[in-house]
Amino acid sequence: MPHLLEIRDLHKSFGQTEVLKGVDCAMEQGDVVCVIGSSGSGKTTMLRCINMLEDFEGGTIAIDGQQIGYETQRSQRKRRREREIARQRALTGMVFQQFNLFPHMTALANITLGLIKVKKMRREEANATAERWLDRVGLLERKGRFPGQLSGGQQQRVAIARAIAMNPKLMLFDEVTSALDPELVNEVLQVIKDLARDGMTMLLVTHEMRFAYEVSKRVIFMNEGRIGEEGDPKQMFLKPKTERLAEFLKSSSFH
Amino acid sequence: MDLAQFFDILWSVRWPILSGIGVTALVSALAIIAGSFVGVFVGLALTYGVLPLRWLARVYTDFIRGTPVLVLVLASFYILGTIGLQLSAFQAGVLALAVFCSSHVGEIVRGALQAIPRGQTEAAKAIGLTFSQTFSYVLMPQAGRQIAPAWVNTAAEIVKASTLLSIIGVAELLLATQEVIARTFMSLPFYFHAGFLYFCINFSIERLGKYVEKKLAIPQS
Repeated sequence: MPHLLEIRDLHKSFGQTEVLKGVDCAMEQGDVVCVIGSSGSGKTTMLRCINMLEDFEGGTIAIDGQQIGYETQRSQRKRRREREIARQRALTGMVFQQFNLFPHMTALANITLGLIKVKKMRREEANATAERWLDRVGLLERKGRFPGQLSGGQQQRVAIARAIAMNPKLMLFDEVTSALDPELVNEVLQVIKDLARDGMTMLLVTHEMRFAYEVSKRVIFMNEGRIGEEGDPKQMFLKPKTERLAEFLKSSSFH
Repeated sequence: MDLAQFFDILWSVRWPILSGIGVTALVSALAIIAGSFVGVFVGLALTYGVLPLRWLARVYTDFIRGTPVLVLVLASFYILGTIGLQLSAFQAGVLALAVFCSSHVGEIVRGALQAIPRGQTEAAKAIGLTFSQTFSYVLMPQAGRQIAPAWVNTAAEIVKASTLLSIIGVAELLLATQEVIARTFMSLPFYFHAGFLYFCINFSIERLGKYVEKKLAIPQS
């Protein structure tokens, strides 16, 4: 059985700056993994490579044994065609720091767009699916609202519903509470916790240490483009092995 | 000279004036439609084109925008003729205005597309939309709303620029008016009258634009 997600020796540079210097990581179905680390450590970049929002120069990423973004032909590494990459992106669902809802569409239409155009669902079926997920995030009665008419927390919950309605194998969360007012953070974290309890496979980049501690099965600490330390949250947060992680935890809000 | 006399004469020259309005409307409409159509592609080339195409589009828009419309009109009438493409005054006029319009619409489209946050494209990609789907369902509907006001301005500019076609003998509203003046020697009232008609045309375009803008507005609260 292949791992649900397998990253091997991932390398990525922006111009002269190498951001990822060989990252290895594997996840199984149902895993909830939080990635922590100071800004610039490469955690968001790693997440963005997984659904090819960033190209990468070295290493491989595979989801369910399927190599993402590139294929190897006669030992030549070749970027896949755009259409194929688009199809592979639907294997993962991504939630962004800035929500990125489509402002000209209602909450419902934000969710059905992908269902209709990518999953080729009929409209009634797409509407039913979208309503089911809006209900899950507690926003069914707001389905006709536009993003500009929703609070940040509500927008982010719609964005989660939009991603997860596509039935991805893996959900990616990129600092999804960083842009929210403090009093709106909890409603979003609660939705994520519920999804975790239901067995959704999730990889989360987060600055919410308490949340990472509570929700994750495993924590990855990124440091300067490499995995600095990883393990179960108890051991990581309470007895960090490396000096660097101990320092990071001391400076972050985890008490 | 009293007003009644002016209206008497105006009535007697109603056909050439009406025909002038018709030609102005037709020339402008053709130029705006063709120019907008081409302009959208210029805007796409400016925003998403591969490098040589983008440079070509950039040179085209900068060159056209840096050239007076009158020069474009004269060029398409006289210069195209010397290389064997003899257009009628009407055709040359529409061509010149359409080219002028396309360069402006191209810039407007580029600006509107680039003003859309990158997160929109990324979110569309993340749910598996292809580029053409992203463009049709996510980018263009948003850009369209940005474009509307600037596009209305351009349309009004084209109507005003159509007066330049009188130089090459297209009997649009200004030339028709001038011919009437030559016969009646009533320059002041007829120039005012022409000015008023141009104002009416552009005012209606602007109202239409405002209406469309309001119709398309995204509810915010």
